[in-house]
Amino acid sequence: MKLTGAEILCESLTRLGVREIFGYPGGAILPVYDALGKSKLHHILVRHEQGATHMADGYARASGGIGVAMATSGPGATNMVTGIATAMLDSSPVVCITGQVSSKVLGSDAFQEIDITGITMPITKHNVVVTRAGDIARTIREAFVIAKSGRPGPVLVDVTKDAQQGSAEFDWENCAPKLPPKRIRNNHDQAEFDRAVEMLNTAKRPLILAGHGIMVSGAMRAFEQFVRVGNYPVAMTLLGIGCFPAKDPLNLGMMGMHGEAWVNNAIQEADLLIAVGMRFDDRVTGDLRTYAKSARKIHIEIDRAEINKNVKVDAALIGDAREVLEKLIPHMQTRDHSAWIRHINELKGDSAVRDIQSLPDTGHLYAAHVINDLWKETRGEAIVVTDVGQHQMWEAQYYHHDRPRTLITSGGLGTMGFALPAAIGAKFAKPDSEVWAVVGDGGFQMTMSELATIVQEKINLKIAIINNGYLGMVRQWQEFFYDKRYVATPLVAPDFVALANAFGIRGERVTTRAEVTPTIRAARESGETVLLDFRVEQEDSVYPMVAAGASLNDMIRRPHSPLVETASDT
Amino acid sequence: MQTLVAYVENKPGVLNRVASLARRLAINIDSLTVGPTENEEIARMTIVAHTDERGAHRLEASLEKLVDVLLAENISDRALLERDLALIKVAADQQNRPHLMELIKVFRARVVDVAPESLIIEVSGTVDKIDGLLEVLRPFGVLEMARTGRISMTRGSDLLRPPVAQPESSALEPTGSGVK
Repeated sequence: MKLTGAEILCESLTRLGVREIFGYPGGAILPVYDALGKSKLHHILVRHEQGATHMADGYARASGGIGVAMATSGPGATNMVTGIATAMLDSSPVVCITGQVSSKVLGSDAFQEIDITGITMPITKHNVVVTRAGDIARTIREAFVIAKSGRPGPVLVDVTKDAQQGSAEFDWENCAPKLPPKRIRNNHDQAEFDRAVEMLNTAKRPLILAGHGIMVSGAMRAFEQFVRVGNYPVAMTLLGIGCFPAKDPLNLGMMGMHGEAWVNNAIQEADLLIAVGMRFDDRVTGDLRTYAKSARKIHIEIDRAEINKNVKVDAALIGDAREVLEKLIPHMQTRDHSAWIRHINELKGDSAVRDIQSLPDTGHLYAAHVINDLWKETRGEAIVVTDVGQHQMWEAQYYHHDRPRTLITSGGLGTMGFALPAAIGAKFAKPDSEVWAVVGDGGFQMTMSELATIVQEKINLKIAIINNGYLGMVRQWQEFFYDKRYVATPLVAPDFVALANAFGIRGERVTTRAEVTPTIRAARESGETVLLDFRVEQEDSVYPMVAAGASLNDMIRRPHSPLVETASDT
Repeated sequence: MQTLVAYVENKPGVLNRVASLARRLAINIDSLTVGPTENEEIARMTIVAHTDERGAHRLEASLEKLVDVLLAENISDRALLERDLALIKVAADQQNRPHLMELIKVFRARVVDVAPESLIIEVSGTVDKIDGLLEVLRPFGVLEMARTGRISMTRGSDLLRPPVAQPESSALEPTGSGVK
């Protein structure tokens, strides 16, 4: 069957199971849009191409599948860069398709021509230019394999206009992916495996560092079994949240710069760290010279390049998290670590959690209240998509996730403006789930144009703006490290409720604690998108905090304030 | 200094990816040679990098993550045969020419071009040997030089072959982008 390149592209995407494409048309991709109109693919028109990539990313993270974004050449393609880098740093499988000028004028600085494969080389897992219609189907299939296999990541396919317009024989059976042969490496030798088993079975103060890789590998069940057999307490990275139920007594919470104090202290006291699908990012280790000095370390990780990159480990088990865990479990002895776990619980203080709800209403509205109330009201069952900054850390601390893929957040790149578009993508992936975008007043203003996308697509999203009138996390650093010189952090915002109304979206403003729960409840009961503008305490900070470069147990704690950090601080 | 060998797809853009990766890891490349192998679809690279063992491990593992890199291996600790080739154009007049010819003989180099005012000398061998010849030629006046950079091969039965067998890529193909 003879088809145009554009038709082959749409047909290939359809056959690969794609239903939605997030994109923005333009000259060099027009043939594909013409073919899109005749296909069964649903195209979501975004308001900025960065939004398209974040939506595809949010779609991928919520579904466990692959998100697809599309843009034209030149500025369309360059606008995708931030979203691609976000997906790269968080290992998210996103396929970006960009139009390109005709192959006959490539390299001539033609109108809207830019070397997007050159630009995105360091921020994609792979990228490729296609100049012939006959190569499109195989290239797209290969892009999907690359995006999803091993450690996932974004792939960009740049399709020249003549490839879209040209025609070729379309034969799905004869265009299977044909990737270069790779060396099959022996992931770990028996001695290394035995050493890991010996460490697992002899540790007295073991601690698991659970990361995103558990979710990516679909290892939740094996992980839970692993935890139960060894009776290991679990600390999570930001992206690991959800891989193990928050309500489980063995789940200690988040580690790192804004991790729980007892978690960071436990890491420093542990005699064995079992890192699963995490990469010892500087935000979770603090000063490497003082990091977990008394602990031996096992690293279960699919990416060889991560081994010994930041932290030197004693045993590296390279491979898919689920496969490695399943291989380890039969060799493990049931262990009793109750004394160690009791000790960690003592580190938590008497009441074990920051019981902010029991504090008397002081008339102040704290972001932590809002997020904790949101957790209670949604019974922890919503998909929460956050932006970057203080509210993101409060979300990680006060919204307790029991299921995987329910917290979607930009961890590695820390991309402000991520929340709103990524939440739209998540909603398309999980149309029956309740999806909340939790976003600061700064980040929201970066991508708020996507409100129009919500309206055009008639989707039902809940938006909670944690509005403190500052670029809060930067302000916090200025407070701690720059003697409160608030340069460029006070932030004027529009009237978000009026803004929402202008887009045709219902908005509510919340200024007191008493209003929080009823307003959230009303928003949930509404069958349409609602924007809530929470006017929270302006100069609140996230505690505890490990200053950049400080030791993990060297935490800045909350000073005397109406909010206690832990009960032991009162 | 660390030596890595990589087998890569012999197609445009691959060298850029490899070089860009080293740049991103802040690893300075001392020399990088690339040429076809007996299989025209595969090229072989020898990368000599200013880094330590840990940096070499990162470079090796990161290189192998590139789709177009079939294999990358740090061979610094192995028994190696190393060769560099240089063409050196040196000033030569009637008086010093005999002296020059003597030196060339000692270094087992050869003269490949003779002109009234200069000679081109071809020399191959280890980096040290070429550096040594260069040192003694300098007083005569080195007018121009081109070097290939190092190529390396492990000795004897220590084979480093490009991989051939590959499970069907389509077996890895995701069954759909939708909800699992």
